[in-house]
Amino acid sequence: MSEVHDYPSRLSDPASRKLGTFSYLPQMDADQIHKQIRYIVEKGWNPAIEHTEPENASSHYWYMWKLPMFGETEVERILAEIDACKRANPGHHVRLIGYDNIRQTQGANMLVHRAPIER
Amino acid sequence: MAGKTYNAGVKEYRETYWEPGYTPRDSDILAVFKVVPQPGVPREEAAAAVAAESSTATWTTVWTDLLTDLEYYKGRAYAIEDVPGDDEAFYAFIAYPMGLFEEGSVVNVFTSLVGNVFGFKAVRSLRLEDVRFPLWFVTTCPGPPHGIQVERDKLDKYGRPMLGCTIKPKLGLSAKNYGRAVYECLRGGLDFTKDDENVNSQPFMRWRDRFQFCHEAIEKAEAETGERKGHYLNVTAPTMEDVYERAEFAKQLGSPIIMSDYLTIGWAGHTSLSKWCRKNGLLLHVHRAMHGVIDRNPRHGINFRVLAKMLRLMGGDHLHSGTVVGKLEGDRAATLGWIDLMRDRYVKEDRARGIFFDQDWGQMPGVLPVASGGIHVWHMPALVSIFGDDSVLQFGGGTLGHPWGNAAGAAANRVALEACVQARNEGREVEKEGKDILVAAARSSPELKVAMETWKEIKFEFDTVDKLDMAHR
Repeated sequence: MSEVHDYPSRLSDPASRKLGTFSYLPQMDADQIHKQIRYIVEKGWNPAIEHTEPENASSHYWYMWKLPMFGETEVERILAEIDACKRANPGHHVRLIGYDNIRQTQGANMLVHRAPIER
Repeated sequence: MAGKTYNAGVKEYRETYWEPGYTPRDSDILAVFKVVPQPGVPREEAAAAVAAESSTATWTTVWTDLLTDLEYYKGRAYAIEDVPGDDEAFYAFIAYPMGLFEEGSVVNVFTSLVGNVFGFKAVRSLRLEDVRFPLWFVTTCPGPPHGIQVERDKLDKYGRPMLGCTIKPKLGLSAKNYGRAVYECLRGGLDFTKDDENVNSQPFMRWRDRFQFCHEAIEKAEAETGERKGHYLNVTAPTMEDVYERAEFAKQLGSPIIMSDYLTIGWAGHTSLSKWCRKNGLLLHVHRAMHGVIDRNPRHGINFRVLAKMLRLMGGDHLHSGTVVGKLEGDRAATLGWIDLMRDRYVKEDRARGIFFDQDWGQMPGVLPVASGGIHVWHMPALVSIFGDDSVLQFGGGTLGHPWGNAAGAAANRVALEACVQARNEGREVEKEGKDILVAAARSSPELKVAMETWKEIKFEFDTVDKLDMAHR
């Protein structure tokens, strides 16, 4: 029988907390984030950025970074806002949202920056 | 109408109920039946007989026919078409006027449409293929207690299908061991776990114990992962009093979701439970035990697309829809048709997907289709392509059967799902490139790697019994 591995998730370990879509994948690099932004823009959704302290991440409401970028289709500009948000809020998780106003939902909501967790 | 006189006796149905020049009104309920008539019965007569027996008529003329406006109340067979690939059967299109039905009563509509007529001697077999519900009827029905958008908001899950798992073995576990299986799945990354349909309140596990242990499992998994979780607590019970008692207890515990079986519990009972769910803020997962009895025979019964439409009208937030790729029956085009009928606001006639009528749902919320049964990580690319984001993908054996246990199985599924969604968003052809996508994702997930090694060879390649009607090739 092959060796059975333990599943290393712990209540006591803040690094075990997950953060929604893409939080089970390795952190995306700039190129990957670029492609996801293009997906949101091509869908005609309104991009928005949110961030939070890791200890408050399970709340429905994270902090909005400014306002949703209504009508913004320039991928580079959205990427620059993500960077600006990260710089202004070191130690925070950051997620990118695509608001679908026709269906009144978030068509996308993905983790784009996971703050390093001190153990 | 003066001048009509009473003539006792038996008339041919087609004299009254076959009206090929009739243009259906927007307010009519329209139905299409696949009819196999008895030998020697002409198509028009068989179609008219179905219209008659499912609306106003009985076998002989009665004098009280003349006290009402039969011209208004009768159902009309207005068109006949060949069934591709079947020389004996034909499609009969029938229009029913709105005055025949009680507002908001799916029970009433189907007591007419699939009532006595299905035992009628003039037809050898009969299948209700599709029904067009006019907007006035849609708006008088309760509809889903919450709908897809509200569920996403409550559970904070966006931009991907949700993941579930039915706990196995389906019968025989103690409540505490059962709760253990739930906890392991949820901490590993699933959004939901599910009671099997026949887990009710047996001696080995009474419902109250199951509810309590499962809820503790949810609470711990939520604290551990920081994500919202649910377990479909099955409130199916022998009486509605028991159903409500169990639902109330689920609410007291703070469970976000309960489940029942709309066909075995009965349509009136189901609709009441659905209204209770909206009133009390619990999501309703709907299982479909017994559907195969009704929908599988291509020549007799009710097509599942009709059962799905019916459920949306009566109310439910999730409904099992078939997987296309797993161990259970399901034609791909037909499945794509009825999952649109569950979710979309307006669905156009599309014979290639078995949809016979345009269907306007007005503002009625949608139902999440649930793909469940014999699926595992290798099916993920196809499932994401077929179902899109608004769905629940449920891996039972595909989670619990992982060599390292449920948590690892859950994590493998979650990683595979997110990798497929990420690739789709990047514009890649997920079904075609499925293997590359999964192999790449497995490099950072030992759980996925082992899952892929475990299930590589499993396939379900039996032909579908209930196929769309297609011409012989």
